[in-house]
Amino acid sequence: MNTQPLDFVPASEFKQRASGAVADAHLRKSFRGAMDFLINKRAAQFPDPVALESQRALAEHIRKYSLARLPELLEQLERKLTDNGVKVHWAENAEEACAIIVGIAQRHSTKLMVKGKSMVSEEVELNHAMAAAGIDALESDMGEYIVQLDGEKPSHIIMPAIHKTKQQIARLFADKVPGARYTESVDELIGIGRAVLREKFMSAEIGLSGVNFAVAETGTLCLVENEGNGRMCTTVPEVHIAITGIEKVVEKLEHVPPLFGLLTRSATGQAITTYFNMISGPRKPGEKDGPGEMHLVLVDNGRTQAYGDEQLRSTLQCIRCGACMNHCPVYTRIGGHAYGTTYPGPIGEIISPHMLGLNATHVLPTASSLCGACGEVCPVRIPIPELLVRLREEAQHDARPGHAPLRGQGAAKSRLVDAVWSGWAALYTRPAFYRAFGWLATRFRALTPPMQGGWTVSRTPMKPAARTLHELMAERTKR
Amino acid sequence: MSARDNILRRLRAAPQGKAPLVPDVPAFYAAVSAATPPSTRAARIELFCEKMAFWHGEVVRVTAANWPHKLREICTAKGVRSLLYGEPSAHAEALKSAGIAGLKSYDRPLAEWKKELFEDTDAGLTSTRGGIAETGTLIVWPDASEPRLMSLVPPIHFALLDADQLYDTLFDAMQAQRWSDGMPTNALLVSGPSKTADIQVTLAYGAHGPKELVVLLLVNEEEVQ
Repeated sequence: MNTQPLDFVPASEFKQRASGAVADAHLRKSFRGAMDFLINKRAAQFPDPVALESQRALAEHIRKYSLARLPELLEQLERKLTDNGVKVHWAENAEEACAIIVGIAQRHSTKLMVKGKSMVSEEVELNHAMAAAGIDALESDMGEYIVQLDGEKPSHIIMPAIHKTKQQIARLFADKVPGARYTESVDELIGIGRAVLREKFMSAEIGLSGVNFAVAETGTLCLVENEGNGRMCTTVPEVHIAITGIEKVVEKLEHVPPLFGLLTRSATGQAITTYFNMISGPRKPGEKDGPGEMHLVLVDNGRTQAYGDEQLRSTLQCIRCGACMNHCPVYTRIGGHAYGTTYPGPIGEIISPHMLGLNATHVLPTASSLCGACGEVCPVRIPIPELLVRLREEAQHDARPGHAPLRGQGAAKSRLVDAVWSGWAALYTRPAFYRAFGWLATRFRALTPPMQGGWTVSRTPMKPAARTLHELMAERTKR
Repeated sequence: MSARDNILRRLRAAPQGKAPLVPDVPAFYAAVSAATPPSTRAARIELFCEKMAFWHGEVVRVTAANWPHKLREICTAKGVRSLLYGEPSAHAEALKSAGIAGLKSYDRPLAEWKKELFEDTDAGLTSTRGGIAETGTLIVWPDASEPRLMSLVPPIHFALLDADQLYDTLFDAMQAQRWSDGMPTNALLVSGPSKTADIQVTLAYGAHGPKELVVLLLVNEEEVQ
């Protein structure tokens, strides 16, 4: 078994990694193929654009409503879960979240923890903390199991092993799984994973899961999955720990169907997943299975920073479907690993600055052509392009008056850039100067340098036209 | 100050614009169903069967009188050597009188027979609280007599579904059965056998849970095909 912790690469090295990824023909082919597949499957689920818009409007409304009442809903959720016999913990940051979970594991003398898919557990780097405490933390989602076995990180939030071919997985299993022979049959490969992991479900002391929706009125944690590993992790081990971001709560059970329906359709183009697992507490006396002890860890980790600003708050509407990355021309070309963050693609670009600070992440919001595809497919209508522009601005400037500075505010400030913009503003606001500049630029266009820094790395040099637009218009009116 | 207090304090300190209205989810679904022809029992059965087949689930139409006999036939055909059931349940007596080989009841806490459940149980039979036609989904509420793992660990899951309990949508089922009045410790929606597409987006069944799902759909005599 391999539960080695994974090495994280700093997001600040994004540009180097992106250039490497763009040059990797194999990687580009796998992502292009997989993303086209997911784009088409999603499109097939929404044949009627009018119906889709009304579903999105409702989902956005539910998420905005839930966020507006977030503190009360969290308290209600905590009350309900406590009544149901679940212990609720709060963590301000990744270290606190890990310490809570390691503490529970140590109290139960845990040797093995099996994990269902949880992006928040990746976000807080739980596997590192468990390894440091000498506890195996084994991923049990097939894709997550594969990437963990190879010492990698997921490259997509829904399809973690999307960057790997079946030949690579066949080789990996033959090398790393005791007794496994080399086979390229997908059914056989899944069979190997199934057999290994069933043993682990039986012996693990703790099962860990994420949460897709937490319902405040009933104290119910909802988990969406196809494989059944989430159900295994939340049912077989004696202790179940769920970990989630504080934004996942909704008020009522009736708020779930519209969000759930959009989540699966947007994510993988499925009308519903195989399992929708609603957990409201540990086993009651007389029940013969299910965990005897249950915990929920509510994680902030920068979310309250986004919440503190009315525009940035919409980041927290996200239900983690991954449609924005599937439709992102940048993500499709560079894949998930280049970002170096737990959440890649457009959602990662707008949420990571709150989790890691703009110092480490200010380059991420620039990894977009602002084509708008992410915002158009977002099932809860997060205005992602607007948030990207906003974060670019926050990285370049001091906080707006009356706004608290973000973590790493102004991290990308540059004197040179500021000087160029002030110069341009001076020119542009004085018509005489501006005309003189235009005349000079067009008359001396032959002197334009052929190398123009980053621009000419993969583009032809820019060159002013022979005449300014003003001159051309003046000639037209004369005629 | 605890982490809890700090988090709640930061949330409460955030500026709040105009409070959004309460989302009217019932009105949304009412509008959707008003725009579609009224649903009939026959249409729900038809749609459920079509969708369940899409998820790779088998649907066998049975009657209250013949289902144990049908189940025995299927078990024989599939080579099922042991079938797990729950007691007490509405169907236990009929099941026991059908003469199915290898019947065993989930009558002990998991810890006492985990290995046997995982390694030596071919199939499990559970009841359901209903079904959802729109998506081909079973509503399964495990309890003390039919524990959670019956529908997960054995390689074949048989589910008894009464066609009277078919709803158009998840929302309809939730409302009609008044779920928000009180949820059990675990409630499930199940749409087909377990599956994954994690290797090169190739679909494979039997990821961690059942490899096969067989729905015994209880219908009237004249609805059996």
